Amino acid sequence: MNAVHALGSEFQKVFTTRMWWLIAILLVAYVAFLAGGFGAFLGWTIENPDAAANTGNNTQLPPGMRLAPLLYSFASSIGYVFPVLLGALAVTSEFRHKTLTPTFLAEPHRSTVLGAKFVSQLIAGAGLGVIAFATSVATGAAALAAFGLDTELDVSDTWALIGRGVLAMALWGTIGVGLGTLVTNQVAAIVILIAFTQFVEPILRLAASLNEVTAQVGQFLPGAASDALVGASFYSIAAVGSSESLDWWQGGLVLLAIGVIATIIGGATTWRRDVT
Amino acid sequence: MAAGIPIEISGLTKQFGAVTAVDDLSFTVEPGRVTGFLGPNGAGKTTTLRVLLGLVRATAGTATFDGKTYHDLERPLETVGAALEADFHPGRTARNHLKVAATAAGLPAGRVAAVLDQVGMTEHADRRVGGYSLGMRQRLALAYTLLGDPGVFVLDEPINGLDPEGIKWIRGFLQALAREGRTVLVSSHLLSEVSQTVDEVVIISKGRLMKSGTLASLELDAAPRTVADSPDRPALAAALDAAGFAYTEGRSGFIVDNPDPGAVGHAAFVGGAELSALHRLKSGLEESFLTLVNGGEHE
Repeated sequence: MNAVHALGSEFQKVFTTRMWWLIAILLVAYVAFLAGGFGAFLGWTIENPDAAANTGNNTQLPPGMRLAPLLYSFASSIGYVFPVLLGALAVTSEFRHKTLTPTFLAEPHRSTVLGAKFVSQLIAGAGLGVIAFATSVATGAAALAAFGLDTELDVSDTWALIGRGVLAMALWGTIGVGLGTLVTNQVAAIVILIAFTQFVEPILRLAASLNEVTAQVGQFLPGAASDALVGASFYSIAAVGSSESLDWWQGGLVLLAIGVIATIIGGATTWRRDVT
Repeated sequence: MAAGIPIEISGLTKQFGAVTAVDDLSFTVEPGRVTGFLGPNGAGKTTTLRVLLGLVRATAGTATFDGKTYHDLERPLETVGAALEADFHPGRTARNHLKVAATAAGLPAGRVAAVLDQVGMTEHADRRVGGYSLGMRQRLALAYTLLGDPGVFVLDEPINGLDPEGIKWIRGFLQALAREGRTVLVSSHLLSEVSQTVDEVVIISKGRLMKSGTLASLELDAAPRTVADSPDRPALAAALDAAGFAYTEGRSGFIVDNPDPGAVGHAAFVGGAELSALHRLKSGLEESFLTLVNGGEHE
């Protein structure tokens, strides 16, 4: 019963400040820009191969590459930062605004509170996933349709990809909770999140793909695991991704393990500290 | 309403690294009375309250509510209402802060409107807390304590930041709670702030207990002294030295450790020092409080 109360309280915390819709708006804008923009650009290169070649860019898609899943997967392949951010802020804002005091007065069992945060951010992440895929499918399919290309919305594989993508976004939410408990300083957590997802991991994935041994390791990087779970990513055509990839369920387990382990370590350390 | 139960602090010690914030502290707070928990800033009041509420782990000793730690209370918000430093998320409204807590504690949603009304915050309830004055935050913190209609109240500096009207209001409020048989523990660094409200005092300094008893007993503790001043202070000092009196020099003259103005006047006469003031120092609560508190600091 207490766990249910704690979960309800965590959801109220998420939805009673403006942060969640700020994050949702940024997510929609970012995904719409890339899925729609990239879709329009690729549609144009297919329609005008000569003009595209003249730009000097090698924009030729690998043969047999399916465009629709690629565009739709922008929701998770670039949008995954947002559920991590929401999850991390759910923890760090309690430290920053010292609201841990009223939180732990209402529920003195700290592990119950942390468990509620984990589950609430799993669900909130899934919610952001639904928003992100609705955006990427709407804008991506519109771009494809405008150039008379196949939107593949009648293919069950497409919907399976979307489902796996929503699951990936949910798991990223829990990784955010783990990050927040490990790095309780809000600014530090945000800086680490941006630096890791935008610079460190892409470089590591590129570097790892250069060698067969490191490629085996590289597929366990969280972004690579997430792309493996979803099953499509712009990384595969941007040629920075490793050719090695986990099975979708393995990718999911890697994400889940990162979220659980980070939260447990944080729960055993910062979360147990004196609240002064 | 939950029944008032005693708060028991026993042999409590808390060290933060090399600093001992609370040092072997023991006292009991009984229901039906308002107890002032007094001491200067940094005396260890807030640390003691945070240990009591399970937010800070004690190095040694226990702090319980009728034998149970806060962590072990089955329904904490319905047993203890606590207001510490008034910290809220600035982007959340007062009503939503209370809803978040009410949900976590499994309290009926109707309690939120009821307590907002009780502290007179209904008209401001849907504003974000970031724009609140300190006084409004204090009222919101009080509303939080009332959510579970508990039998025990633990309030850290609740009067700080209130306007005179607010102070009058909270005095009546705390006394009403105590009259209903609840336990009320109120901390303050100013005795004058709570002397019209409290029945009992617990005074600490440097983490140690200086005094625990009724407010009236504190008044009796103050040893009366004499104030004497002279246009020629060195001459008066020499006269007091000659008579063997201990004294300290203050702004309004010498404070002599002797209750009898006659004896001090005689010493001045004998020493040939002209007196411009001679009277008994009114031994007030504040005086007695400061003596206790400074006594702790000199050790």
